[in-house]
Amino acid sequence: MADTSTSDTNKAAATNERTQTTAYPAIDRREFFVRMGLGSLGIAAAGTAVFGYQFLSPNVLYEPSPVVNMGKPESYSLDSVTLDVDARIFVIHGKEGFFAINAVCTHLGCLTAWKPDSARIECPCHGSKFAVFQTEGKRPGEKIEGPAPKPLPWFKMWLNDEGELMVDRSEEIRPLTFVRV
Amino acid sequence: MNATFNRYFDDLRKSRVWTSVFRGGTGQSTLHNSMAIQQNVFLHLLPTKVRTRLIEFNATWYLGTLTLGTFGILVITGILLMLYYHPSVPQAYADTKDLQFVVSSGQFLRNLHRWSAHAMVFLVFAHMFRVFYRGAYRPPREFNWVIGVVLLLITLLLSYTGYLLPWDQLAFWAITVGSNIASAVPLMGDKVRFLMLGGHFVNANALLRFYVLHCMILPLAALFFIAIHFWRIRKDGGLYARHTEPDVVMTTAPARPPL
Repeated sequence: MADTSTSDTNKAAATNERTQTTAYPAIDRREFFVRMGLGSLGIAAAGTAVFGYQFLSPNVLYEPSPVVNMGKPESYSLDSVTLDVDARIFVIHGKEGFFAINAVCTHLGCLTAWKPDSARIECPCHGSKFAVFQTEGKRPGEKIEGPAPKPLPWFKMWLNDEGELMVDRSEEIRPLTFVRV
Repeated sequence: MNATFNRYFDDLRKSRVWTSVFRGGTGQSTLHNSMAIQQNVFLHLLPTKVRTRLIEFNATWYLGTLTLGTFGILVITGILLMLYYHPSVPQAYADTKDLQFVVSSGQFLRNLHRWSAHAMVFLVFAHMFRVFYRGAYRPPREFNWVIGVVLLLITLLLSYTGYLLPWDQLAFWAITVGSNIASAVPLMGDKVRFLMLGGHFVNANALLRFYVLHCMILPLAALFFIAIHFWRIRKDGGLYARHTEPDVVMTTAPARPPL
């Protein structure tokens, strides 16, 4: 008798459990595999995107070093503006001292040129003009006119142990930081 | 002479090799004519039947077909130019000059490639304006208009990537300016430029990337979308003829509930 009642209780419990299971959103085997398949495809696609991005970004670049040696300060006369076409920088010897600014126009990357007649740096592509010496309330590198959105940045400059001017083109510094020799 | 030609052609069409290639069989019936189009891998993209009026010059000015023609010229001359061109910094410019002054017919092929490229850009725009002003972009052809816009972008990208390959001053600065425009994309602009050029400057990596894009990736993409573009003409009811469109397309807009 006791056995029967226990089995009855078990049966009731089992039925109860079954109804509870079916109360959850039904996922049959096929649905489970479809979701697994789509999930794996999604993970694979995300992985491919990551690998694709990494593959397309070169890890080693055979580009020139950002640090360039610009030679002895004596080779730059006072109030001179020297464009180094390969390094793409201007080395300027002003009254306050030496400084280097980027010669690449901040508009669309053309190489600018020093125009002694107007005493300005001018871009041949779209006509941006930049100050070189402190004139008209502009500090060196600042835009006078044209489409350039930003002033020409100043690069870090220092003297090495041999007394030569070094410029790090990857490091922009606060304007009006001069090197005095 | 015509009769002789037809007799030989009929004999050819009955031969075992011909019938193994072209399954339509011989005959002059409408069914055979239709099957000649439907069962050909290239021609089946096109409609089996076209109104005579629509294959006259006035209907389309042949602008799409002419664009395909320039694309064909560009593929052929481009493949020939590839035989003499090395996409490397020391050699690219010298190879371009060699093509002009040393290679037999090199100057002709280079100029043909260049002028066809200009013509293709012009024809693509002319085709687009023609479709626009005729109203041929309207349903059911709206998806084919989208495919056309994709093809326009591919055409412009082909022009842009090809511009760098001569590796002269004009090419170098044009790509410098163009890649700086790409860096104006918000947030990821500099990354886009870096991936495009494969570095921080227009250099050896950029030349090689543009070469691969110009000679491989973009032409294949163009071919893929051209095939869809042509197939959609058939699927969307053939070439657009204004007077065959139902009036409802011309006159009424879909009713919208008041806001």
